[in-house]
Amino acid sequence: MTEPTPVTSREPILRVRGLVKHFPLTQGILFKKQVGAVKAVDGVSFDLYPGETLGIVGESGCGKSTVAKLLMNLEQATAGEVFYKGQDITKLSGRALKAVRRNIQMVFQDPYTSLNPRMTVGDIIGEPFDIHPEVAPKGDRRKRVQELLDVVGLNPEYINRYPHQFSGGQRQRIGIARGLALNPEIIICDEPVSALDVSVQAQVINLMEKLQDEFSLSYIFIAHDLSIVRHISDRVGVMYLGKMAEIGSDAAIYEHPTHPYTQALLSAVPVPDPEAREHRERIILSGDVPSPANPPSGCRFRTRCWKAQDRCAQEEPLLAIPARFAQATTPVAHESACHFAEEKDVVGAA
Amino acid sequence: MTVIDDVSNVPAPDAALAPLLEVRDLHVEFHTRDGIAKAVNGVNYSVSAGETLAVLGESGSGKSVSAQAVMGILDMPPARIPKGEIFFQGRDMLKMSGEERRKIRGRKIAMIFQDALSSLNPVLSVGYQLGEMYRVHQGLSRKAAKAKSIELMDRVRIPAARERVNDYPHQFSGGMRQRIMIAMALALEPELIIADEPTTALDVTVQAQVMELLAELQREYNMGLILITHDLGVVADVADKIAVMYAGRIVEDAPVHDIYARPAHPYTKGLLQSIPRLDQKGQELYAIKGLPPNLTRIPAGCAFNPRCPMAQDICRTDVPPLHPVGTARGSACHFWKETLGD
Repeated sequence: MTEPTPVTSREPILRVRGLVKHFPLTQGILFKKQVGAVKAVDGVSFDLYPGETLGIVGESGCGKSTVAKLLMNLEQATAGEVFYKGQDITKLSGRALKAVRRNIQMVFQDPYTSLNPRMTVGDIIGEPFDIHPEVAPKGDRRKRVQELLDVVGLNPEYINRYPHQFSGGQRQRIGIARGLALNPEIIICDEPVSALDVSVQAQVINLMEKLQDEFSLSYIFIAHDLSIVRHISDRVGVMYLGKMAEIGSDAAIYEHPTHPYTQALLSAVPVPDPEAREHRERIILSGDVPSPANPPSGCRFRTRCWKAQDRCAQEEPLLAIPARFAQATTPVAHESACHFAEEKDVVGAA
Repeated sequence: MTVIDDVSNVPAPDAALAPLLEVRDLHVEFHTRDGIAKAVNGVNYSVSAGETLAVLGESGSGKSVSAQAVMGILDMPPARIPKGEIFFQGRDMLKMSGEERRKIRGRKIAMIFQDALSSLNPVLSVGYQLGEMYRVHQGLSRKAAKAKSIELMDRVRIPAARERVNDYPHQFSGGMRQRIMIAMALALEPELIIADEPTTALDVTVQAQVMELLAELQREYNMGLILITHDLGVVADVADKIAVMYAGRIVEDAPVHDIYARPAHPYTKGLLQSIPRLDQKGQELYAIKGLPPNLTRIPAGCAFNPRCPMAQDICRTDVPPLHPVGTARGSACHFWKETLGD
């Protein structure tokens, strides 16, 4: 998917509004008393349009995987809504939830633990049909599974093999085939290639792009590798401590980042070009990410930000197009949650 | 820095200095139920003081095993070193007694491991574990060792070292734990550090901090550094020279600038083309077809031939030697000229 997607003209397929997930911290054994909460996701909003890939990046602990689980309703949201075709997923249960989940599938990070070692590949990929028998009639299932194996580039004769007989890349293909089984519209990929070797990563990424074209899928692609996210995404959201710091088209985020965190994150990525090491500017952040159980007041990034002022501690910056860029015609006009948003090219691409 | 004279033809950055470490024709194999897995099949490399050598490879390429052989921490059996020499300051460590090697390990050559959480003992405070280096190797008292530990934690920039010296590993963040690992490696001011994927488990912003710290300390102490990694980006940032490994062999070996600009081996070339770039929005990624070989059944001839777009008959029969490419470079490909050329 390299052509930019016009995002204004279409209806989003998924609308996320003010999503919040707090995990309670309790004390005591018998009478558990809540003493606080880990604010894993704290008010995240975004849209996903049909046929596009939305990348979500951030460091560990920023809440990106929790967002993925909330979108599937695998975790119950504390607050906020996830609208899929006008229906709020977070309020659904039972039969209605099952029907929605048919259209939203997930591919997990670790292909070694997300496949049951005691089931054959055929059983793993065919299991979704047991839950949703209306998709494939009983007699047809074996044929469907073999078709799916073929689609993801595995030999259909491997249907009776077990996961341990496959390499990491092949296992991830099995995970993708299982995700495709029910013809979903949306696939949520949580770090789908980070466990794979470099030469195998490219194979899986290319496969995912091919499948997106073939089945007109929408992807939410969660990863910490900013280079891969840029390659596959049409739009990118940057998360920090449970909040969206900046969101925009790939050109906006990578060539015209305005949030200091995005700038620091991009400047920290090593670029495979030794010529660049002398003249690339590095922003080295001090310290670590604060605990999500006790996030800083105001802007959450202020404790590590070189631009932080008193205002940042008192007033939380909202995710919006900064006023000074509102009239701009370049991609710099995108949503950024910073009081002092400023354009800075840190990648050296523009 | 003492360097004992050694006859060597490998050019060091300072031609007057012999390399600190020189590995010659190293072989390592593992005896397994499925046969003999040949993890390292004739590896040569050298590092001088103040120099950074990056050993690049995918999982199973033998990059970690060769480093463990240098460090002398391979489990033997199942591992075996049937052949090879590892010269450290001119002496072959493989011929030394266990006692002699122990004197080098930690004191002269130290190692930083990938996963700091599982490399540190969870039931002992970090101060105790750092102090152990001084108590065991230098016979310092507990009190003196603790003072030294605090100094060390300061040097790797752990904030409030005095208060945190009695904390346990789980109380530190990933980046801080990796700093403690670096502190532990530095404790006895070694001459060579082997860092095995030191930043793989860390986030990018923390990775940048840790790599910068490591580079700075290396300059300060003029240490040799062997950086084992699979990340082509990290290598480009810090390395002076690179050895690319595939199926237990070095397939290409070159100064860092040459390899990125003009790779001389199809595997290196494929790797460089298969990674997405941050500064470019690419088209479809180039993918090296197939999978890395099973080490118990390495293909005959060039181990890369089943995956190579340039493979000819000769590649399936003859193992390519490391052809010299220019002065300080080598490529183990029969068709290195063609690979360089196009």
